Amino acid sequence: MKFGVVVFPGSNCDEDMVYVLRNILNLEVVKLWHKDHDLQNCDCIVLPGGFSYGDYLRSGAIARFSPIMKEVIEFANKGGMVIGICNGFQILCESGLLPGALLHNENHQFICKNIHIKAEYQDSALTALISSDAVLKIPIAHGEGRYYADQETLDSLEQNGQILFRYCDESGKVTKESNPNGAVNNIAGICNQSKNVFGMMPHPERAADVELGNVDGKIIFESILSLVNS
Amino acid sequence: MSDVMEQAVTVETAKELGLLPEEFQKIKEYLGRTPNFTELSIYSVMWSEHCSYKNSIVWLKTLPKDGPHMLVAAGEENAGLVGIGDGLACAFKIESHNHPSAIEPYQGAATGVGGINRDIFTMGARPVAQLNSLRFGNPNLEKTKALVRGVVKGIGDYGNAFGIPTVGGEVFFDECYNVNPLVNAMSAGIVKVGKTVSATSYGLGNPVFIVGSATGKDGIHGATFASGDLHEDSADDLPSVQVGDPFTEKLLLEASLELIESGAVVGMQDMGAAGIICSTSEMSAKGKHGMVIHLDKVPVRQHNMQAWEILLSESQERMLIVVRKGKEKEVQKIFEKWDLNCVQIGEVTSGTQLKFYMNTELVADVPADSLVLGGGAPVYNREYSVPAYFYESKRFSIDQVEEPDDLKKVAKILLAHPNIASKKWVSTQYDSMVGTVNMSTNSPSDAAIVNIKGTNKAIALTVDCNSRYVYADPENGCAIAVAEAARNLVCSGAEPSAITNCLNFGNPYNKEVYWQFVQAIKGMGKACRKFQTPVTGGNVSFYNQSTDDGPVFPTPTIGMLGVMDDKSLRMSLNFKNAGDSIFLIGESVNDISSSEYLYSFHGVKQSPAPHFDLDTEFKVQQVVKNLIRKGLIESAHDVSDGGLFITLAESAMPGNFGFAIETDFDCRADAFLFGEAQSRIVVSVSEEKLDAFVDALAASDVEFSNLGAVTDGEILIDEESFGNIQEAKALYDTALDKLFTN
Repeated sequence: MKFGVVVFPGSNCDEDMVYVLRNILNLEVVKLWHKDHDLQNCDCIVLPGGFSYGDYLRSGAIARFSPIMKEVIEFANKGGMVIGICNGFQILCESGLLPGALLHNENHQFICKNIHIKAEYQDSALTALISSDAVLKIPIAHGEGRYYADQETLDSLEQNGQILFRYCDESGKVTKESNPNGAVNNIAGICNQSKNVFGMMPHPERAADVELGNVDGKIIFESILSLVNS
Repeated sequence: MSDVMEQAVTVETAKELGLLPEEFQKIKEYLGRTPNFTELSIYSVMWSEHCSYKNSIVWLKTLPKDGPHMLVAAGEENAGLVGIGDGLACAFKIESHNHPSAIEPYQGAATGVGGINRDIFTMGARPVAQLNSLRFGNPNLEKTKALVRGVVKGIGDYGNAFGIPTVGGEVFFDECYNVNPLVNAMSAGIVKVGKTVSATSYGLGNPVFIVGSATGKDGIHGATFASGDLHEDSADDLPSVQVGDPFTEKLLLEASLELIESGAVVGMQDMGAAGIICSTSEMSAKGKHGMVIHLDKVPVRQHNMQAWEILLSESQERMLIVVRKGKEKEVQKIFEKWDLNCVQIGEVTSGTQLKFYMNTELVADVPADSLVLGGGAPVYNREYSVPAYFYESKRFSIDQVEEPDDLKKVAKILLAHPNIASKKWVSTQYDSMVGTVNMSTNSPSDAAIVNIKGTNKAIALTVDCNSRYVYADPENGCAIAVAEAARNLVCSGAEPSAITNCLNFGNPYNKEVYWQFVQAIKGMGKACRKFQTPVTGGNVSFYNQSTDDGPVFPTPTIGMLGVMDDKSLRMSLNFKNAGDSIFLIGESVNDISSSEYLYSFHGVKQSPAPHFDLDTEFKVQQVVKNLIRKGLIESAHDVSDGGLFITLAESAMPGNFGFAIETDFDCRADAFLFGEAQSRIVVSVSEEKLDAFVDALAASDVEFSNLGAVTDGEILIDEESFGNIQEAKALYDTALDKLFTN
C-alpha cells in the first residue's frame, strides 16, 4: 500500500507523518507537493497537520484551492482513501469532502495536550481494530478544532455511523469535562458517507513512537493496513 | 560628491539618536569627515548596546568560552555550536525581546520567537526545540494579565505555526517587572558537523541577495529603542516594534536549508536588530571585504521609503545571502519554489568600505569594521558601586521570623502561588509535540528531553534563573542559576554541555545596576568553569527599567544544553510505586533566605541568597549522575522554588501518589519543608535496589537522608495528615487558570 503525504506551504506535521509511515510502520510513502498535479499512484492520500498557507484567513480555506487538492478531490470522489489530520481535517471540511466545519476552540486558545478518544464503530478503515471499549490517549494541538454541524447533518452522521471518534475521559465516559474544545457531541473525527474520506483533530502520528512513551495512535494506522490486507 | 553626502549633521542630531558627543567625535575620525544623516543613523544603531555590547563586552570576555565539545567560540557566529557526537552539532541561543513586548506584547513576543529561530537556521541548523523564560509583574494587576495573555498568545501563534515544539520554559511574577516584563526566547537546532554556514562575505564580485519578506517601516531604530529606559512616551515608539509572519518564516526556513544544501552559499545572516546595515557590516567585517548595495533594489512594502529607513528597517523574516558568482539562477529557482522574494541588491567588493546607493546616488560610505563589535565600536569600562541593600539583606536571620503554627496553610498557599503552581495554562497554548521529538510529554523530567531521531542520543534543555536570588546576591545568585540548570539536566540523565545566556539588567549607567551585572558575570564564570559548561553566546539586554519603578531584578537567564549519549538512561521526576523509599541527597539546612515562603508568606523582601556551596553542589550532581547510570533510582527531582515540600508534591502528582516523611530535628520544620537551600535532590528508590543505593551513597562524601516513603495518595508529615494529593493537585493545577482565564 502506497501512501502520499501532501505538503502545503505551512504544513508542519508532514515530516512526522512520513516518519511514522516509513520508519515505524515500514510502508512506502511519498511526499506530494502542493503545486503538483500527480498523485503518483498512491493508494491513500494523507493531508497532514500544520498551518497551510499560514491559515491567516480561516484554517484550510486557501489550501482547498491548491493544484494538488483538485486531484485529491477527484481521487476521493472516485472512492480513493483520503485522511486529514488536524489542519488536514479542516481542509477536507473546507473543500466539501467532509460535512461540517471546525470552529475556534471554545476557550479561544490554542490547546496542545493529551486527550482521550474512543471509537464507536469498527466498520471503518481507521477504527477496524479498535474495540468499542478501548480508550486511546492521543494528543491534540489546534486553535480551531471545535467540530460543528447543523442538526440535520449530525443526525445523518449518527445514523450512518460516520462518527469515528469522540472525546472521552480516561475511563471511556463521554462527558462535557473530557471535551477539550467544545466540539458538538464530543466529535473528534468523522468520515464521509461512503467511508473513504476521514478527518480527525487528534494526531495519531504523535502517539506511535515507543521512544515518546505513548503508542496508542499506532492502532489507527494498523487498522488501515488490516482492512486493506484483508 | 552627491548632495546627500554633503548634508552634514551636528552633535545635536547625534544626541537625539542616542549617541554620546564623544561617540560623534569618534565617527568623524573614522570617516575623516562629518557624517550625513544616513551614516549617523547607521552608527547610532550599530553602536547601540543591543548591537555593539559596548557596556558589557569587557566583562563578557571574562566568561569561559572553551569546552570539550565547543565547535564555534562565543560571539563568532549567530549562535553557539556544540558537538554532540555522531557527526552532529547543536546550535542554540537565547535572546530577549523585552521592550517590544512591554508595549506590544503579542507582536513583541512573536517576533522574539521568529528572531531566535532565524539565528539558528541561518547557520544551517534545523531548529528542533524552543523554550522561553518569561517574567511579569504582579499577576493580580489587569495590566499584567493583559501582558501575560498577549505574550503567551504571541509566542504560541508564532511558534505553533512555525512548527517547532516549545518544550520548556519558566514563568515568574514579581512587582519589579510591573512595567518592564522580560520575554526571553531560546531555540536549539541540529546540523551535521561541517555543514554549517558562516555569517561572512568574501569573493570579489560575488552577488549579494536579500530574500524573504519585503522591507517596511516597522522596527526602525528598534535596536536604539531597546537601548534606553522605558518611559511614559514609550508607546509613541510603536513603529519600533516589528510585526511577525510565521508562515513566511517557515518558508524561509525550508528555502534557506535547501539553498545551503546546494552549496551555493558563501555566507548568510538573518536580519534582526538594525536590519540590512547590521548584516552587511557584520558579514563584510568578518570576511574582510567591502560591499556595494543598491537600496532601491530592495523589495519594499510601502512607497517613499528613505534610504536610511530601508537600511535600518527591522522587518522580520529576511536574510542577507552572499552566493558564489554564477549560482544566481540556482538561488532564484529555490526561492521561486517557496514563493519568496529573492533579489540581488549588490555585490562583494575589494577593500573594506560599505557603499550604499539609492537610485545611483551614493547615500552612505562607511568602513564596515568601524561599525562592529571587535572592530571600531566603542568599548566602555563602566563604574560600579555596591548598593546599600546588599549589606542590609545580609543582616537577616531566620530568628527574626516566627515559625507559623499552621504549616498546612503555608503548604496550600505555596501550592497555589503563581510562581510555584503548574504553568499548564501557559504551556498548553504552545505546541509542545510537533516534530515528534519531545520525550518529556509522557514522562516529565526536570529538563526537557528532545529525541535525536535515528541515533541513540537525545539532548536535554532547560532555562533557569531565580532573579530574587540574583538581586539578593548577584554573584552567588547567578552561580545558583547555572547550578540549577546543570542540576536539572543531571536529574534528567543528561551531561551538562554548554550554556547560552540572556542578561537582563537595568540601566548600565546606574553604578549599582552595573555592580549587579559585574557580580553576576563573576558568579556565572565561576559556576560555568566548575561544571565545564562554556558560554556559547547569548544576548545582553540593559535598560530594563522604567522611570517610575527603577530597575528590574537582575535577571541573567541561563539556557543550558545537555547531551544524553544513551537515551535509555533518561530519568523522570515522578514517583513510580507506592512503598518506594524517598531519599534526600544533599544537606538539610536551617535556611529560609530568599525563599518564596519568606518573601510571599512572611513578606520579608530583604534577605541573602539561599545557602549555596559550589563544591557541594558539584559533588551532589556527580552522585546523582552515578546513581542514574547504575540504574539505582526510580525518580529524581531537584529542590528549588517552594522547597522540599513542593518538590515532593511535584514528584507525587503525576502518578496520583502521596508521601509520608519525617522532618529533621536539626532544622526548623518550616525551613525543612519550605526553605530553598541549594544542592538538594529528592530521589525515590525501590525495595530491591535499596541496599545497593545506600552502599553507593555511603561510598561518596555527600550527605543523604531517608525522608520516608511513597504512599497511595495521602500526604503525611511527622504522622500528621496534610491532606490527599488530589487536593494538592487541585490547588496546583488551577491557580494560573483562575488568574488568567478571561
